[in-house]
Amino acid sequence: MNIENKPLIVVENLCKGFEDGEVLKNVSFTIREGDLASIIGPSGCGKSTFLRCLNCLELLDSGSISIAGVTVSRRPGQVPDEKMLDIAHEIRSEVGMVFQSYNLFPHKTIIENIMLAPMVVKKQGKDEAYELAMKLLDKVGLKGFASKYPSTLSGGQGQRAAIARALAMNPRVMLYDEPTSALDPELVGEVLQVMKDLDAEGMTQIIVTHEMKFARDASDYIIFMDNGEIVEYDDGDILFTTPKSERTKAFLRHFVNTGVA
Amino acid sequence: MKKLGLFLAIIMLIVSSACALQAEEMKELTWGGDSEGGFPYMFPNPQNTDELIGFEVDIVEALAEQMGRKPVYVNNAWENLIPGLNRKLYDISINGLEVTPEHKDVVNFSIPYYKTYLQLAVRKNDNSIKTLEDCKGKKVGTLKESFAQELLEEVGDIDIRTYNVEANTYEDLANGRLDAAFFDHPIALYSAGFNPEIKFVGPEVGELEYAIAIRKEDKELLTEVNKAIVALRDSGKLREIYDRWNLWTPTMAAEFNDYSPSKIEASRYNEWAEAHRPHLTFAKRLDRYKDALPAFGRAAIVTMQVSITAMILAITLGLTLAITRVFAPKWVASIATLYIEVVRGTPVLIQLFFIFYGLPSIGVKFSPFWAGAIGLGLNYAAYEAEIYRSGLFAIPRTQWESALALGMTRWQAMREVILPQAVRVVIPPITNDFISLLKDSSLVSIITMVDLTKAYGQISATYYDYFGPGIIVAIIYLLLGLPFVRFARYTEKRLAAVDKDGKYGHRENIYRSSTRYI
Repeated sequence: MNIENKPLIVVENLCKGFEDGEVLKNVSFTIREGDLASIIGPSGCGKSTFLRCLNCLELLDSGSISIAGVTVSRRPGQVPDEKMLDIAHEIRSEVGMVFQSYNLFPHKTIIENIMLAPMVVKKQGKDEAYELAMKLLDKVGLKGFASKYPSTLSGGQGQRAAIARALAMNPRVMLYDEPTSALDPELVGEVLQVMKDLDAEGMTQIIVTHEMKFARDASDYIIFMDNGEIVEYDDGDILFTTPKSERTKAFLRHFVNTGVA
Repeated sequence: MKKLGLFLAIIMLIVSSACALQAEEMKELTWGGDSEGGFPYMFPNPQNTDELIGFEVDIVEALAEQMGRKPVYVNNAWENLIPGLNRKLYDISINGLEVTPEHKDVVNFSIPYYKTYLQLAVRKNDNSIKTLEDCKGKKVGTLKESFAQELLEEVGDIDIRTYNVEANTYEDLANGRLDAAFFDHPIALYSAGFNPEIKFVGPEVGELEYAIAIRKEDKELLTEVNKAIVALRDSGKLREIYDRWNLWTPTMAAEFNDYSPSKIEASRYNEWAEAHRPHLTFAKRLDRYKDALPAFGRAAIVTMQVSITAMILAITLGLTLAITRVFAPKWVASIATLYIEVVRGTPVLIQLFFIFYGLPSIGVKFSPFWAGAIGLGLNYAAYEAEIYRSGLFAIPRTQWESALALGMTRWQAMREVILPQAVRVVIPPITNDFISLLKDSSLVSIITMVDLTKAYGQISATYYDYFGPGIIVAIIYLLLGLPFVRFARYTEKRLAAVDKDGKYGHRENIYRSSTRYI
């Protein structure tokens, strides 16, 4: 844990529900700059929704989210106005997001995928965007794939390209929503390696994952969510070896029994 | 895109110049008839299918000359002649219109210019039928829903076969499928009078009076027309016309009280009989088709003009509807939905009739061209809108999300990510729609336009031949649609290029593969 660093993400009393009930119940937590946090928990516990709330793909129902000094807050029942939507958009441009199914744009080549947002959103020139994109492709080990179309890539390559695409916007935080769940087991490693490299460079990252070993080894700390709440969060080794909550114990037992952790 | 723009500009130019051609002055007498009304009333000249001939055409010309006016012909389907008159498409209508009580309710009629009767015809060697009574138990052909049919039904016990096309009836009579044919005398004469296999028998049956229809409010015109008819009768000009067309009968002699022998040769009838004696050589037929090509060409241009104008309208309005349905507030969107449901749920034929004949009663009047283009355009817009909408929804939600997650605004995400993908999805169905619109444009023939389908009807009726012209018109439709078919294939291939070397070969025909998916 980088205790000396400033908090980058501060979430307070975040609540979010859909038609069929509450998904997030009063979630509060803080992440410091440079941290790598993993979120684990049984499916349906609200992990993905939490992540999607962080970059305002889902607008929170109430509470507040503050990322790199930009704060969106909402009182219960408050109708979202133009200003709130503008702030949501501002937060999104500080946050990079990587999806389970990579979601590359199929009508563009890999390099075009990466160049698009800098050129459209930041109005970067073509040459500048190209240079940056090539640098990022090099970083994720895809230099030779610049002019390929997404459909020709393997899963691991696609996911690494998606990470490069998100990095092109120079985000303060990277969010990953189960980035390796759709991958063949032998391809998981190459994606996780990219995240480890980014961590070494000091990137702040939050990962929703089922990769318990990765969570335990690479994370600065682990958040265990269940039933829309953060049950506990702690350093990886501590949470795995001496969980405080019964619910955490039950969840981890399942993984220990199946030999994953 | 630039080329497409240029193409559209040229089309618009053609369309607008075609519309500008109409203006001309002088005192006109516009008259409505159906160029498919049939021989000998009015029909395209077999030698030159652009020219309308027939004894009624001669009468109108004589009438206009007598009135000191210039005759201007307006084409309309026969069953719509009277609605068209009240819609003020023309001043008078003449085309074998009978003075019936139903007609008299909505329009006025001049004094009759011709009087005739129904004629029974049988095979030359058949002596068993002499009168209508003899037809009991026999097969008799006649025109669908005609006075003749009513008379046959009154006799009873006759096996009545009704036809839409006179020519077929007499063919069936000649080859033994019928025992007799029962038609208006002029039709019988021009269908079979020259046929050595057929003879006319029996007395004159019934009484048919043809008169000119004039709008109720045009009292002065009625008087003027009546005066002219009387003058033409007294000067012998009407008689000349009937002689020329071989239509001077004892009935007419009694009607005009003129029993003198004919002085003029029946030149028009003889031409017709000569041209229609059975057994044309193949070469002669081909010659006729060649003569008809220019008329088909002009009709093809009309078809293209209507279709392209309608398609431009459909694409524009369809896009507006789709955007409204997807992005506008719910209550506005529901108006667009209602429009789409209503338009898709009612026949386009009804819509065209409504626009052309219905709207004028509330003061909205379009030329036939614009009524056709607008009618088809409004109709297809509903289908286009649904295509666009499904195109937008065919793009996975995750594409939208990842664009937003990259910091794009909604408009940027739409423009850069969603629309480029949606366009690829919708171009093939839009092209398909255009091909289908091209064929649906045949419906404009019912609102007085001479498009390909109408031309087919006219030329076939003239030549007595639905076979050759049918093949020609089908080929023209195919050729018109071909560029768009190619375009659809081309865009499909362009799309496939993206997935070409991918592992998801969507465009490959996996169903035909014999070795791979066993």
